[in-house]
Amino acid sequence: MVPEQRTDRRSLSKSPLWAAMTSWDFALLVILAVVLAAATSRVEDFAQTITLTFLLLDVVPVALMATGLTLVIITGEIDLSVASTLGLTSAVLGQLWYSGYTLELALVLCVVLGALLGALNGLFVAGLGLPSLAVTIGTLALYRGLAYVILGDRAVADFPFDWTTRAVDTIGNTGVPTAVVPVIGLAILFGITLHATPIGRGLFAIGNNDATARFSGISVGWMKFWTFVASGVMSSLAGIFWTFRYASARADNGYGLELAVVAAVLLGGVSIFGGRGDLLGVLTAVVLIATLQRTLQLARYSDEVLNLVTGSLLILSVVVPNVIAMIRAWWARRRAIDDSVPPPEHHDRRVLEGTNT
Amino acid sequence: MTRSRRRLVSGAASLAILITLAASACGGTSRDDNNDSSSGSEPESSGEADPNAPIQEGLHITFLPKQINNPYFTVSDGGGEQAVSEFGGEYEEVGPSEATASSQVSYINTLTQQGVDAIAVSANDPNALCGALNQARSANIAVVTYDSDTSPDCRDVFVNQATSDSIAKIQLKLIAEQIGGSGQIAILSATPNATNQNAWIDVMKQELKKPQYANIDLVDIAYGNDDDEKSFQETQGLLSSYPDLKGIISPTTVGIAAAARYLSSSEYKGKVALTGLGTPNQMREYVKDGTVQEFALWDPEKLGYLAAYAAAALVSGQITGAPGETFEAGNLGQYTIQDDGVIVLGPPTVFNKGNIDDFDF
Repeated sequence: MVPEQRTDRRSLSKSPLWAAMTSWDFALLVILAVVLAAATSRVEDFAQTITLTFLLLDVVPVALMATGLTLVIITGEIDLSVASTLGLTSAVLGQLWYSGYTLELALVLCVVLGALLGALNGLFVAGLGLPSLAVTIGTLALYRGLAYVILGDRAVADFPFDWTTRAVDTIGNTGVPTAVVPVIGLAILFGITLHATPIGRGLFAIGNNDATARFSGISVGWMKFWTFVASGVMSSLAGIFWTFRYASARADNGYGLELAVVAAVLLGGVSIFGGRGDLLGVLTAVVLIATLQRTLQLARYSDEVLNLVTGSLLILSVVVPNVIAMIRAWWARRRAIDDSVPPPEHHDRRVLEGTNT
Repeated sequence: MTRSRRRLVSGAASLAILITLAASACGGTSRDDNNDSSSGSEPESSGEADPNAPIQEGLHITFLPKQINNPYFTVSDGGGEQAVSEFGGEYEEVGPSEATASSQVSYINTLTQQGVDAIAVSANDPNALCGALNQARSANIAVVTYDSDTSPDCRDVFVNQATSDSIAKIQLKLIAEQIGGSGQIAILSATPNATNQNAWIDVMKQELKKPQYANIDLVDIAYGNDDDEKSFQETQGLLSSYPDLKGIISPTTVGIAAAARYLSSSEYKGKVALTGLGTPNQMREYVKDGTVQEFALWDPEKLGYLAAYAAAALVSGQITGAPGETFEAGNLGQYTIQDDGVIVLGPPTVFNKGNIDDFDF
């Protein structure tokens, strides 16, 4: 396809370094680096080890949920019930402990519960073919409601001290919470599954065009079903962490958190239409949002400003790739006319191109 | 093939940045130590209380309400601001836009890092803030809870607006008077897990068992989540579900204002009694147009004022939080710390047509 004599400009745009520099992940990392550099030099009290601790403790539950949700969104579906699953898990964990179950057993039951809650979403979406937006808005309300049915206005708080301290423990003097280790482990597991296995390729194929995926022998229904189960399990893990971190099991735990999770996944470069995105970008976005919030708070900006910034980032993350794609398309047409050669094909999803291909 | 190479390069670049970031985060530790030593000079908590110690100059006192832009907390924190300016300190108010415990934790962490002298906090959860508050206290920050307490072991003192008992009883007494001692009543509360409201509702339930309330029947408790719209709808719901309803108690300022707004424009105006806890400014028009006869509240401005003085007294070493210690709270006079480190503001005020214009909050 590519003609023999290429101009310098085009060979530059084809070089791997250039591709890396223009990738969304890289852009996010640069923004994160800029924010960190600015915060370290300009914001009083930011450059402390404890900042890292507080920041990462805030990151853990969002990262867990975002990791599960990434799989769901890559198939072109959505799961808005993640934070309610967190809340319900927390309520159930509290109730089980209150009724005298051992914590070990309660934790296992909670993870099973997460899988079941995800499976219910999966059943409606994949089994009955209902739109995931409608289904998971329903379960968002349903699971939160169940949490209130179970725990009502009570809070269970008498968890053993060593469990609650373990949740906020740090690795030596590094300031890095120990809870980060299993999160990284899970992220690697999910990352490998998504980016280096046939399962992952199947998920992307479904997101790009699920009819084509079906015809090429991928069991679209089952794969979607399992992504919801994965999302449910990750949310229940977030619920367990949340309960111990705040030493308080309550029905309103994680209330409204689904927005932060969806924002992180989209800002991480995952297309809301499915078929495009990667986990590194998502996790970078999770850290970026948490860092921005921590920084703004330390710099004494009010909660409204925090919300404005998060909201704007979400809009930008949807708008910018689309604008870039439009500019690229226009540029390619111009060149095609100038050089009388056909424009190069765009098939690399990691390079900034917004539209759903 | 090119694709995997690109990924490799982008991955390597990303890794390099992450390492740089990690290094920069670690490099900052020395600042931490500096901060500790600068704030470590205060003669705080650990020692004996000296009631004659002067209030220190330039104290940095931060108010952390349950939620910012909530009219009630705007008033109480305003009282705090006045007190802080009286003793020449530095006042600040921070807080979440959603009334959740986890977002308060994040603010407490921030204040701990900033090394303020004292935090006055109204807790969204009695336990969830404990870890963060104790971390703040170990960094030599005095912690005063006001309006809503945490577990006693997570703060130095609690400034209580009035005892649960007196608040619950006055509301029940008012509604009983207004419905003539018999009939169905309902409660329109805040969120289902609001610490205060639940404590008051428990007292009311106990109180209702007494013979003088034998003819009063509590039929339902609705939750307006301290949201105007939701409270409005819940009022509507109560009135249509219970056609014989004689009165509503709304022990929350958001709830009572929404309920009054609904009643004043409905057929129930003047027929269904409404009382509870409200602010004079919100309730003025409904008291004047006859929707509401009487309601109660402590003066939140004094609450914030007292909390600020308690914080200053703690930092300055006048009190340590032990029962029996006394301190002067500006124009409110002397207060004594009671059991569990509780400081009680005083009995609630009842507002009606006669006195409502004397108050502006």
